[in-house]
Amino acid sequence: MAENFKRSLLVALWFVFLTFPLMVVKVNTLKNIVEWRWMNMLWVAIGAFFLSILWRWAMERQQLKSKAAESGEEDPNNFGLGKRLLEDPKVFKPVLAVLAMATLVFPMVVDIYQTNIMVLALIFVVLGLGLNITVGLAGLLDLGYVAFFAVGAYTYGILNSFWGIGFWISLPIGGLMGALFGIALGFPILRLRGDYLAIVTLGFGSIAKIVIENWEEVFNGAKGIAGIPRPGFFGMDMSIEAATTYTYYLMILMVVFTIFITNRLKDSRIGRAWMALREDEIACVAMGVDMARTKLGAYALGAFWAGLVGVIFAARNTYINPNSFTFMESALVLSIVVLGGMGSIVGVIIAALVLILMPEYLRAFSEYRMLMFGAVMVLMMIFRPEGLIANVRRKYTGGKVVTEDANA
Amino acid sequence: MDYFLELSCSGLVRGSIYALIALGYTMVYGIIQLINFAHGEVYMIGAFIALIVSGVLTIYGFSGFAILILAAVIAVIYAAAYGYTLEKIAYRPLRNAPRLSPLISAIGMSLFLQNYVLLAQTPDFLPFPALIPDFDFMEPIAHIMGSSELVILVTSAITMVALTVLIKYTRIGKAMRATQQDMTMARLVGVNVDNVISMTFIIGSVLAAIGGVLVGSYIGQINFYIGFMAGVKAFTAAVLGGIGNIPGAALGALVLGLAESYAAGYVSSAYEDVFAFGVLVLILILRPAGLLGKAVKQKV
Repeated sequence: MAENFKRSLLVALWFVFLTFPLMVVKVNTLKNIVEWRWMNMLWVAIGAFFLSILWRWAMERQQLKSKAAESGEEDPNNFGLGKRLLEDPKVFKPVLAVLAMATLVFPMVVDIYQTNIMVLALIFVVLGLGLNITVGLAGLLDLGYVAFFAVGAYTYGILNSFWGIGFWISLPIGGLMGALFGIALGFPILRLRGDYLAIVTLGFGSIAKIVIENWEEVFNGAKGIAGIPRPGFFGMDMSIEAATTYTYYLMILMVVFTIFITNRLKDSRIGRAWMALREDEIACVAMGVDMARTKLGAYALGAFWAGLVGVIFAARNTYINPNSFTFMESALVLSIVVLGGMGSIVGVIIAALVLILMPEYLRAFSEYRMLMFGAVMVLMMIFRPEGLIANVRRKYTGGKVVTEDANA
Repeated sequence: MDYFLELSCSGLVRGSIYALIALGYTMVYGIIQLINFAHGEVYMIGAFIALIVSGVLTIYGFSGFAILILAAVIAVIYAAAYGYTLEKIAYRPLRNAPRLSPLISAIGMSLFLQNYVLLAQTPDFLPFPALIPDFDFMEPIAHIMGSSELVILVTSAITMVALTVLIKYTRIGKAMRATQQDMTMARLVGVNVDNVISMTFIIGSVLAAIGGVLVGSYIGQINFYIGFMAGVKAFTAAVLGGIGNIPGAALGALVLGLAESYAAGYVSSAYEDVFAFGVLVLILILRPAGLLGKAVKQKV
């Protein structure tokens, strides 16, 4: 105990030293003022002290867990609440029914502002699920995912402003354009190792933004494209409220569709190939999986979804400019996947809702948003790499296949 | 001709800054095969601390070349401390994790540090005090190469020579090379691998901080976001030269700096970053081992 205390004290001192110039001193070289914020030092010391105790406790737990896993003992209670809930149809079915009801009546209960935010959250749910295919299932780290989102949004924007093409025709075109770009960009780089791939995709994401910003004739540069129509419904004239509600239901359908497809994909031949490729590339190729085609499939499908919701995003905002498609958005979608659990569909949905809605409703938080996302990524990787709700893998137990959704 | 020389000179300056950052990437990658995404952030923090120290000293009435030295020394110490802590928190617990985990952790750390500086300091660009004096003897060629450019070139050259000496002739350098070749074997012959890895991060951070201080006084303004682009470009340079290869990183950085400078001068400066990424993609497709690197066969 005393030892623990001493160590935490030292950690606190170290962090006080570390953060001193940045947290305490604030110098304005324009106006030549120095501001000393001594209170911050106290906060850092207290924060670092308790966090280091927490850190060590979590580390010890982590080690115990990995030791237990090594010796082959599996703690039967170590399944986590989420997983147990999901596995029990008695719990699962009513929860699903209540959720379905809640989603249906949601826009009638709340006002248009809330509905609009919810639409955005749902867009990120689909983005998360799309990236989940690339990162979670196939293990290809994509840091430029937002580029495909931009492709979708600008496809609709351009088709509409140049040729007056409507939402419903643009929607599939946007998705296909996303997939096409995914294949075109993915093709030359897919044989690269994982970490190189990450950097190259990061590069593509940045290039996309720079090109959009500078190519005035097509993308209208930094000004963006305005006056994009909302989704239409057989040419009916709709008020903004009705259109928003309509977009909401559209997004719900979209989410259900995405869940259905990704769930089916996960158990399909190609889905299993993705997971095998993620676990061990060499072994997988040796088993006869066509690596390039499988990877390209994952890349293109992920991009397809980004393109699809890109169109809806443009329609929701009625205005797009390059600032909606920065690295921050890619990082946001990535942290959704990481937080939710790579490969886990339920986890990704919950994470997307939490990460998008929380900063919207807790305004005080929104400033610290990116700081939190960064911390979440680091902490999740160290303490819970499988995510909040881990992906349940099928297990073969002599004769019958046990799945988590056998009764669902 | 003068225009060409001017571009070459600014390209060399750019290149030597990239080199200082790229060395950190390449050393870390050589030892633990991790792209230390947060390395650019260490560079940014180095620049910020130099700005804070020199700003405070200037405001309290000090002046002269001594401030620059003091600011640089403090920035270097702090950057080393940040690099050390970074490795300890974000990478050491993940030493045996799947490859993707430390990479995601590194991206998280990069976001965290960026926003930490953003929130603790300011989102705006801050002017960096002009600390490098104008030398008289540079007067005749001032239109091609300024004093600060000379200082940058000389400092980075000295730093790189020092690094080479450190790696070639000292005990820790030997340990680093051993760890790079085979971590398990190095451990078996008594190298404290954890210390070597910490040391690698510290050295890398020191180099990055030197780069940060130089860039601050060269460009004249910094903000919390400068580390991101610089980091990506330095990584490009490291890959260009063959990642894990120390002379390669320096060479790659100079080539990239010159190429970028010519492209910006003769083609278009708006697409400067596109150009750097284009080089990266081409290199990875055509010659993934880099200019000086050897192709590594993956063994099962």
